[in-house]
Amino acid sequence: MSDTPRTTESATDAPVVEKPSTETGGAMDSNERLQKHDIWVAGTEEPDWIADATDEGAQEMLPRDIEPGLQLQRGVVVDDDYLEEETIISDERQILNMGPQHPATHGVLRLQIELEGETIRRVKPIIGYLHTGMEKTAETLPYISGATNVTRMDYLSPLNNELCYSLAVEQLLGVEIPPRAQAIRVLMTELNRISSHLIWVATFGMDIGALSMMIYGFRERESVLDFFEKVTGLRMNHNYIRPGGVAADLPEGWEDDVEGIMDIVGSGLDDYHDLLNGNPIFLDRTQGVGVITPAEAHQYGVTGPIARAAGINFDLRKAFPYSGIEQYEFDVPLGKHGDVFDRYLVRMEEIRQSFRIVEQVMETMPAGDYRTDDRKVTPPPRKRIDESMEALIHHFKLFTEGFKAPVGEAYQAVESPRGELGMYLVSKGGAKPWRLHVRTPSFATVQSLPVMMTDLIVADVIATLASLDPVLGDVDR
Amino acid sequence: MADETTPRAASDDAAADETVEENTARDLPDDPILAGLAEAFAMVEFTSFQPIVGPRQDTAIVPSEDLVAFVQAVKDAGFETFIDLCAVDHLNREPRYDVVINLLSMEHAQRLIIKVGIPGNEPSVDSITPVYTGANFYEREAWDLFGIVFEGHTDLTRILLPDEWEGHPLRKNYSVGAVPVQFKGSHKSS
Repeated sequence: MSDTPRTTESATDAPVVEKPSTETGGAMDSNERLQKHDIWVAGTEEPDWIADATDEGAQEMLPRDIEPGLQLQRGVVVDDDYLEEETIISDERQILNMGPQHPATHGVLRLQIELEGETIRRVKPIIGYLHTGMEKTAETLPYISGATNVTRMDYLSPLNNELCYSLAVEQLLGVEIPPRAQAIRVLMTELNRISSHLIWVATFGMDIGALSMMIYGFRERESVLDFFEKVTGLRMNHNYIRPGGVAADLPEGWEDDVEGIMDIVGSGLDDYHDLLNGNPIFLDRTQGVGVITPAEAHQYGVTGPIARAAGINFDLRKAFPYSGIEQYEFDVPLGKHGDVFDRYLVRMEEIRQSFRIVEQVMETMPAGDYRTDDRKVTPPPRKRIDESMEALIHHFKLFTEGFKAPVGEAYQAVESPRGELGMYLVSKGGAKPWRLHVRTPSFATVQSLPVMMTDLIVADVIATLASLDPVLGDVDR
Repeated sequence: MADETTPRAASDDAAADETVEENTARDLPDDPILAGLAEAFAMVEFTSFQPIVGPRQDTAIVPSEDLVAFVQAVKDAGFETFIDLCAVDHLNREPRYDVVINLLSMEHAQRLIIKVGIPGNEPSVDSITPVYTGANFYEREAWDLFGIVFEGHTDLTRILLPDEWEGHPLRKNYSVGAVPVQFKGSHKSS
């Protein structure tokens, strides 16, 4: 196991660290039992303990003596509290398959969990059940219809996906977006962040037993979706933010609608606070559970609210501002412990900060066009099509062939509600991308599940998994 | 690992050293981190590009045999966060594939894209999982979709597609829609 040193920092010089006895009851029991049974019949030792075969082909867990990846799963790669060498004390381990059809897996995620009693020893996330080849599909769609594709990846924050794609295409083209379009984009993506966090708190509450939370969260989220429907025509998968601007201007009286949303969601936030923050069961199940340290978050590429709950002060809206978001004032909430409860607090505060941004957008909404007047990207106005044959041809060509992007590549990242959503576009000069790679935040967080879950108990699996807010359409693409 | 490469860079002849200095002077005018990396790694080619909209893009093109050492040096230079790894298939180009690694320094709010060219026949490159653990799933994905083998990866299995899937579908010569469908009673299936 140690022939390939995977330790990076101080793991080599710290041999075996005694764990505090309060951490996991299971580990201490193991040691005591090992001391009691230090005599055994020759030939019955279990140094090469191998997990039961699971009949899963390549997805099977590897035997533990040939699996250097075990170090990875137990988090030894970085300097933290998992440094204890594993002591194998019994053959009472079993593999528990959770999912892909489990309601608490938020889609079709499957976790292979190796249990010792009720303590989790190893976790292997198995994904791909929702893989629909969207990256391949993107290569067959012209830039102008690509947003239709990417909006279906992360179905809880479709507008962020569209924004990321549009910004990447605009970066390739070198097209500047008028200020009103930028403000509309900020308004819509921040409202999307609110609706995404609301559905997170709803499903999170449901998963850990606060069933009424689900009804409240969905109720408040519906007010945001109503507004989306009014603006974009659809509740989800909007295809509203497109390369060159947005699809349509905001409707009459949108300020009143947004104020209504803020009233409804604002009072809802107070209700959630009363319902959850002082609830002893809620606190017991969330505090100190599913911890990830900043070093581990860096290693695994975990970003967004989960990283911020671990105390990493990084927000793409501050570090790499996009779409004019640097002109609005907001704070980046940070947690201290990196546990499930801090993620809850961070997300609730992010909703309030998004309100601040939305308020400022409402006050300072600039007048002007909602899409660029660059005729290469934007079709001619409807009136011109009636008057001019060239405009009609232009309109037809734009929507049948699309526009061509210059040779080059672009990486664009936006702060989606789940973390860094990045799109890497490679263009070879055609009207379709040569390659679109989507760096999705959920993919990275699902990968880091073993680090968070090892040495917890089964009930914590649900709380930890729910706190990550994984969207499996986002993971599998 | 960085120790191996530093003497190599130093032991190159004087002409090579001069070109390195030219490179750094031309391409990296005012970025101290990347300039330091360029000095230590003579074989790495740096480019910097400022698009009209969007942040500056710094790219390092690395020979595949120096990848792990370079990535380790980049990590030590402050790019602590692993963001992304993906592959690109440039059909009819040699090397045919690019593996594109995207690293982030949160402290300096700076990105670095590392590109490795990989030949088309028997595509293979060293795994960077010893340096960045988070590359695990990403390398599996690149293997699954492009068939690029990452030497040293402990569990290089299919991640998105089923185990029994044939071929690597994001390759450009993988035909779309060629999955055979058997229609019962059609004249072809009989």
